[in-house]
Amino acid sequence: MKLTLWSYEGPPHVGAMRVAASLKDIHYVLHAPQGDTYADLLFTMIERRASRPPVSYSTFQARDLGSDTATLFKDTVARAVETFQPKALLVGASCTAELIQDDPGGLAQALNLSIPIVPLELPAYQKKEDWGASETLYQLVRQLAGRVTPEAAAEARAALPGPSCNILGPMSLGFRHRDDLEEVRSLLDALGIRVNAVAPLGADPEAIAHLGDAHFNIVLYPELARPAGEWLRRRFGQPMVETVPLGVSATREFIAEVAACAGVDSAPALALERRLRMPWYSLSVDSNYLTDKRVFIFGDGTHALAAARIAQEEMGFEVVGLGSYSRVMARPLRVAAEALGLEALITDDYLEVEAAIEAAAPELILGTQMERHIAKRLGIGCAVISAPVHVQDFPARYAPQMGYEGANVIFDSWIHPLTMGLEEHLLGMFSEDFEFSNDAAPSHLGHASHLAPVPSPVSSPRRAEGAVDPSPRAAEVGESSLSWAPQAEAELKKIPFFVRKKARRNTEQFALDHGLWVITVETLYDAKAHFAR
Amino acid sequence: MNSHGAAPLIVRERGQREVFCGLTGIVWLHRKIQDAFFLVVGSRTCAHLLQSAAGVMIFAEPRFATAIIDERDLAGLADVHESLNEVVDQLLARRPNLRTLFLVGSCPSEVIKLDLDRAAERLGQRHGPGLRVLNYSGSGIETTFTEGEDRALTALVPAMPNPSTAGEAPDFLIVGALADVVEDQFRRLFAGLGIERVAFFPGNRSDALPGMGPDTRIVLAQPFLSATLKALEDRGGRHLPAPFPLGAEGTTAWLWAIAEEAGVAPARFEAVTAAGRARAKKAMSRSRDTLDGRQVFFFPDSQLELPLARFLSEELGMQLTEVGTPYVHRAIIDPELDRLPADLRVVEGQDVDAQLARVRSVQPDLTVCGLGLANPLEAEGLRTKWAIELVFTPIQGYEQAGDLAELFARPLRRKARLEALA
Repeated sequence: MKLTLWSYEGPPHVGAMRVAASLKDIHYVLHAPQGDTYADLLFTMIERRASRPPVSYSTFQARDLGSDTATLFKDTVARAVETFQPKALLVGASCTAELIQDDPGGLAQALNLSIPIVPLELPAYQKKEDWGASETLYQLVRQLAGRVTPEAAAEARAALPGPSCNILGPMSLGFRHRDDLEEVRSLLDALGIRVNAVAPLGADPEAIAHLGDAHFNIVLYPELARPAGEWLRRRFGQPMVETVPLGVSATREFIAEVAACAGVDSAPALALERRLRMPWYSLSVDSNYLTDKRVFIFGDGTHALAAARIAQEEMGFEVVGLGSYSRVMARPLRVAAEALGLEALITDDYLEVEAAIEAAAPELILGTQMERHIAKRLGIGCAVISAPVHVQDFPARYAPQMGYEGANVIFDSWIHPLTMGLEEHLLGMFSEDFEFSNDAAPSHLGHASHLAPVPSPVSSPRRAEGAVDPSPRAAEVGESSLSWAPQAEAELKKIPFFVRKKARRNTEQFALDHGLWVITVETLYDAKAHFAR
Repeated sequence: MNSHGAAPLIVRERGQREVFCGLTGIVWLHRKIQDAFFLVVGSRTCAHLLQSAAGVMIFAEPRFATAIIDERDLAGLADVHESLNEVVDQLLARRPNLRTLFLVGSCPSEVIKLDLDRAAERLGQRHGPGLRVLNYSGSGIETTFTEGEDRALTALVPAMPNPSTAGEAPDFLIVGALADVVEDQFRRLFAGLGIERVAFFPGNRSDALPGMGPDTRIVLAQPFLSATLKALEDRGGRHLPAPFPLGAEGTTAWLWAIAEEAGVAPARFEAVTAAGRARAKKAMSRSRDTLDGRQVFFFPDSQLELPLARFLSEELGMQLTEVGTPYVHRAIIDPELDRLPADLRVVEGQDVDAQLARVRSVQPDLTVCGLGLANPLEAEGLRTKWAIELVFTPIQGYEQAGDLAELFARPLRRKARLEALA
């Protein structure tokens, strides 16, 4: 058992729903108790989907458990097929139905339907949403594309007038998948590469069956689509483009890799850089203030990895924390973190992430909607870079993350929460102006975002200790043995709030290391010089 | 009593249900009872549901969490009760000031027959007497949406003190979570009526529960509390059936049931309630212009559907088509049914696809439904009202009557204003 306040991912059957909701002419019949239908609202509300997701639930209740839940499931399948007339069927169980072991796959097969049935085994007490999505896409591709022989696919491919590819991974409730797809399509258009199919977003069973016809596959979101891409490579010998075009450099590399796969000239896609403003914006003097801004990055594996590179190489930030809830991406993340002199935080424990952020005292958080909560509480700016998604992550405007326009969007959205260059200097110079408090939020963000009050009377003990920073070293020697002279305490308050905590900790560390029991203004500046080395 | 002298016919229906499970009640209960914590013993799905349902309304650290059962618990590799101990220890380290911990059963915990009665008793001994540990089931296989509150309150009933003398028990116990602002308004009205010994259940504190005496009259403020009512009756209280305090008429009828029982003179009642009643009618008048004569269709959601239907038809002139509701408890809802048209179609239970077919054929002006159905129906050209807002918003009493009417009128006014976009 694990204590969970907030979770980054839903259960695996929600991942399967995301795949089902992305497809056309497919229905998913889920053996599930009353109440699991809540998942529909993720699609209709967060994504503002205009139709119900194509999912039917057996909605068994306690009284059915003693009798015949299997019959209830079979009836649900039969009715769903009759009502919705799908061309293929996904069947599976949610967490509770998994425990009653009714075998949805076998029950659906027993109905002798004329459409393909893809049974899903998604262990709910072991796996999570992204895995569920990936596994569902993989099973679907295997079952449907597996009906086409490699020879038949090769023949279809040979008959094509030019190079073609599949785009794997974009799906419902993905972070900016809708717009990323459009951006990637525009790059492929420029290169003269035809898109054979996008899977799962917008595909029907026929399109899935003919994935093998394309020359190669682009895996845009590895967590969601790599197993499907690997299977297609084994079955049809299709190469797989794995570079994810997030950021300026990665987009250039992506174009080169795609052009090489298709055997075409990359120049027409690179010419689209006329739309790319990001490099100049980042190089212009106005952006000098971005240098070494301390950022903490947390998200799914793909977006966290890309954000670390963009932050370091394209924005000039200092990455002070890097982590992900995607265990499947742990290895590349550890490598990337090590290169930055960090240890990757691989966890799906929100409390652990919160503690790591507090300890790192960043000036900006690049995270998910969960980190946005943490940021609000800590009074730190935050830009959202990854799922889990929120209604705000489906903006009305075109806002991709990938490709050249994606790079522009990322630049804008990451600097928006920051205090701008001159404003920051003025805050540093006149921090004692009573109306110009450096505890205030950046002026262009109207609402106050400084330290939120702790909910009383049941706040977390860690935060309830009051003004004294509970740094472990200070706590070890006891509060009475290390104290701040009033002048030093006052001086500390002149330091901008977002680095004050760090300054306090460093100074206390310095004092302890030097056997000082009273921190004076001198100590404060000695420590500052010491840590500036 | 309606003109035909007969209550509407109730049709029962079975099929796919598009409703929340009882866990959802935690979303408002954890804000109402400020020294309590709700620990769901369940799956990742339970955690995800709570997060999805609550996501829009959390502005402080929640006083709920999920102990997620994993494969080690299921395979018997870990002692489930030992695991639960560890989770509770962790939780209490983070929140040392809790007075009540609710262990909340879920579908998986029910199916694996995890004995939460025993777990609560054991944890109570381990952490008591400062912490009371209770348990109830909010599982979808047993509870529908607001039934979660019913189960939670039922679990609290045994903790209510048994007054040694009748003097300590309230004369009237108002039952059902109400917004604090609504509770305060009612307290002022009761004081004006000279009814002093009124208690609200639940209140903000779980360690200061009202007593229950043999003369205490139980007045439900919410219609979905049948199990709580039974538990309170078993403690000796007597149920005072009444319409629910929605709208000017509903609030007056509800207050009068109490006032009459307390022996308040009609003239005094009139004097105390007249201003509120007039304000309510005034506040509702704009919405009445929008809603009068329009048709409304209810999908089942919270069991508030029949009181709301009565409010819309009696006070705002709306035409009722179909009123779906998860359950009909006659002992509680009869005072509302008596005021509804005898030819009304009341559907208890749900078969969502059949119901969708009916709403499409009726083409009502307004459809009250859950979040999973609202946008799809909007896209088909129907105007909808999210049912969940009716549970998460203060709607009871005179001062909220205008707000309640506005919740129904707004979608229609909005449609009219945005005509250019259609």
